[in-house]
Amino acid sequence: MRPENYQAINQPPSNEFELNFGPNHPGIEGNYAFRVKLNGDEVTAARADAGYLHRGFEKLMEGRLWIQNIALVPRICVPDPVPMEVCYSLAIEELCGLEVPVRAQWIRVMQLEMSRLAAHLFAFGGHAATTGMYTPMFWGVADRDLILDRFEELTGGRVYSIYNIPGGVRREVPDGFLERLSNLLDYLESRLPDYDSLFFTNQVFIRRARDVGTMTQEQALKWGVTGPPLRATGLEFDVRRDDPYLVYEQIDFDIPTEPGGDALSRNLVRRAELLQSIRILRQVIARLPTLKGPVRCPIPNPLAWNVPAGESYTRVESSKGELAYYVVSTGGDKPYRVHVRGPSAMHAVQVLEKLAVGARLEDIAQIMFSLDACPPEVDR
Amino acid sequence: MKDIPYKYQGSILNPLRNLGFFSRKPVTEPLRPREASANYRGFHVNDWGLCIGCSTCQKVCDNAAITMVRIPGLEEDPVKGVRNERPAIDYGRCCWCGLCVDICPTGSISLTREYVHTCREDELDSYFVLPDPNGMHGEYFPKGWAKTEDADLVDLELQPMQEMDAETRIDSFDEIVAGFTGQHAIVEASRCVQCGMCHDSCPAHMHAPEYIRHIWEGNVEAAVREIYRTNPFAHICGRVCTRRCEAACSIGRRGDPVAIRWLKRYAMDSVSAERIREIAAEGKVDYISGKKVAIIGAGPAGLTAAFDLVKKGHEVNVFEALDRPGGMTRYGIPEYRLPYDRLDADVEVIASLGVNIQYNTRIGSDIIMADLERDYDAVVVAVGLQQGRSTRIPGSDHPQVHAAVSLLRKITLNEAFEIPRSAVVIGGGNVAMDIARSLARKQKMVFGEVNMTVAALEDFEHFLADPEEIRESREEGIELLDSRGPSTCRINERGELEGLATVGVVSIFDEQGRFAPQYDNSDAQFHPADMVIEAIGQMTDISLFGDELTERLEWNRGRLQVDDIGRTSESWLWSAGDMVNGPDVIHAVADGHRVAASIEEHLA
Repeated sequence: MRPENYQAINQPPSNEFELNFGPNHPGIEGNYAFRVKLNGDEVTAARADAGYLHRGFEKLMEGRLWIQNIALVPRICVPDPVPMEVCYSLAIEELCGLEVPVRAQWIRVMQLEMSRLAAHLFAFGGHAATTGMYTPMFWGVADRDLILDRFEELTGGRVYSIYNIPGGVRREVPDGFLERLSNLLDYLESRLPDYDSLFFTNQVFIRRARDVGTMTQEQALKWGVTGPPLRATGLEFDVRRDDPYLVYEQIDFDIPTEPGGDALSRNLVRRAELLQSIRILRQVIARLPTLKGPVRCPIPNPLAWNVPAGESYTRVESSKGELAYYVVSTGGDKPYRVHVRGPSAMHAVQVLEKLAVGARLEDIAQIMFSLDACPPEVDR
Repeated sequence: MKDIPYKYQGSILNPLRNLGFFSRKPVTEPLRPREASANYRGFHVNDWGLCIGCSTCQKVCDNAAITMVRIPGLEEDPVKGVRNERPAIDYGRCCWCGLCVDICPTGSISLTREYVHTCREDELDSYFVLPDPNGMHGEYFPKGWAKTEDADLVDLELQPMQEMDAETRIDSFDEIVAGFTGQHAIVEASRCVQCGMCHDSCPAHMHAPEYIRHIWEGNVEAAVREIYRTNPFAHICGRVCTRRCEAACSIGRRGDPVAIRWLKRYAMDSVSAERIREIAAEGKVDYISGKKVAIIGAGPAGLTAAFDLVKKGHEVNVFEALDRPGGMTRYGIPEYRLPYDRLDADVEVIASLGVNIQYNTRIGSDIIMADLERDYDAVVVAVGLQQGRSTRIPGSDHPQVHAAVSLLRKITLNEAFEIPRSAVVIGGGNVAMDIARSLARKQKMVFGEVNMTVAALEDFEHFLADPEEIRESREEGIELLDSRGPSTCRINERGELEGLATVGVVSIFDEQGRFAPQYDNSDAQFHPADMVIEAIGQMTDISLFGDELTERLEWNRGRLQVDDIGRTSESWLWSAGDMVNGPDVIHAVADGHRVAASIEEHLA
């Protein structure tokens, strides 16, 4: 006898099952989970499951003074924190009408490109690891560490530099810094052939990454994809050129694109961007010594700083794509609302959910790393 | 580096090129911590000699990692603006952003290049650290992120204040300082870090951080409300206060202190008299207690006590010997520093609450103390210091030798006296400057030129007058002489005053710190003058008490003896203000509150 309310459980066929992918998984950047339905090893459905990392940045910011948030925002993206600081500062500068000294703008560009280099090395290393190649990962992380050394020298902090402040940057560039940065760029350039031979021209990588996680340009635009994943579909779009901020208008650089729209294209775009970042940094190194003057415009006492009422929307090109801050002030000493429009929230949730369908289980980590999504920004 | 075409198929052999790495020397990193960079943001150090415990670091800390810890045995002096508290850091919360360093008003706190700390489970408390100059583990590490000029977040510069220039102001008794405009006041108020040193150092413990905050918010009425919590003489204190607050201000450690006095003036001047009366009346009880209090003297101390007592429902009668209120603030402070209408504005607010002021009523002659003792439940004497002290040097009894306070009173009352073509003032305090500058104005009006000398005992390094008084006096053409001791007022055979002879000063105090000036008689000077003015201190006219009461009261070196709540040896009689504390408006206000509280307790 069965009770009246008994309902038979609709058992899936034995070859279909559900798998929790993450939140702790070596193939995932940070703590992020993915619930995938599998048929054999083919993904039939995927559901992003965020919220395992530091959450609620946007809400936290409403309870803090404008200046206190400069220590909070870099945490929204651990591998690429500088765009967070710069973009937040730009938003406040727009509201307050602050004129950032030109010298500070060049220093910001320098940090942004250093951060992009570090983030791309991290992403390429990570991608290599997801395809089972651990040497490129060690190389990427070790070379990123050399960039962090320069960050430490410039800002006093290795990962979270907390160096940008509304109005400019917090202090002068140390003596001899540019020379050491230049030496570092020489070294990184000398490393690129090693990366090429070990990874980018390695048949193992190319055959694993080709036609994996492919999207068309139309799909990319529809899904809100930006940054290297968008440029990997052949569209030449970069905020640095198409909506210039700071002094990018005065700098020569190319915008690399690839036609494939797959994981391979995305990595090749990043590889080419490494070179462009080095090119930009060399221009900064040449230009910065010719600029004199302060590195910050006068700002009010941070404990008594009312930002004029209004809203501002500022965007920058981070290593992961278009990053924007929407800041609302009601004229108080704290933000009324801050919204972070981050690339990872798009890439790691809606794009990854779609690209995963039809992919094989072992490619999920690869797709995620090729999109270079950053979980804390999803949890913001 | 060559491009890699998307179509390129790659080769399994390409990675073999990297086999060359096997022939390279392996990288070996030593186990000890790597040396940090010069700017490194590591553990804190705090120079306890510089730190004043202002807690600004705590306020800016975005992770609430800083707690102020009281350290017994450390110096604690509200007047100097020093608290015996030091910041302790919870390294479980700290994110090493370094904002505490950038905002520290004194520059005492820095981050170092030390960054390694490990502990066993039972030592978890070791992450809560009280940084001192020795570093977290008592080992020396060089400073990392420390205060630099370009990173400083404290605004050290005062907002500009409009003042009349010397040529214009010497022609009249018009107020010199124009006061802040709205924008300047808001910017000036924004410099405040809300440490509260000013509150602690103020004799009346005015809520300066609160009213400065309201001024910054643009809410001047709320500022006035905060001001009236502790001070019904804010128009006066906004102009002539001795500014203990600014001396203690933590921003003043490295820069200009916040102009608290001018901000108070700005708040008071920005609100209509009617609104001020309404704000002042808030909290007044709606019943009548049936108790009567007499107050002798309508100066700041007496009227502050009256203000407090009338708000508690008592009937308060104030007796004033002269025909206008204000006491020494009216008759001792020149109009160019304190316009009389501002003083009247303060008194009108107090009178509007129901305080009855009887002018031209001198206690001792019109009414005697015994009448007050009989008719009232409590009596407050707050008559101030209205008699000038004399140097008692030879010739000082000549009719052309005057006391500064009597002359200032005459100027206020518009009483006629002969303006001297040249004059010498003995003294170096603010009263000396007041009379010198007032007479200089009179000289300019009558003779078209200033001929005024001030001879002070102190040298310029220890001058008693405010620096701005010294600067402005000089600008107005007054000659200031330091380290001059008066020896004789020279009188010729026709009985006319010729001038003042002075000698150089060797020292003012003896080894025990008592006043015992030593002179160098070989350094003699003569200052020709038609008038000599003595401005060396004031004392109380105690004739109002009458012989019998004077006998019953207890005295301490010429001053009325009061206990710590302002009560004299007679249970019905309190005393407050300058006659107890010496001359200072804000002290008088504080004293007024003190005796009012004491009387309130007595009457309850």
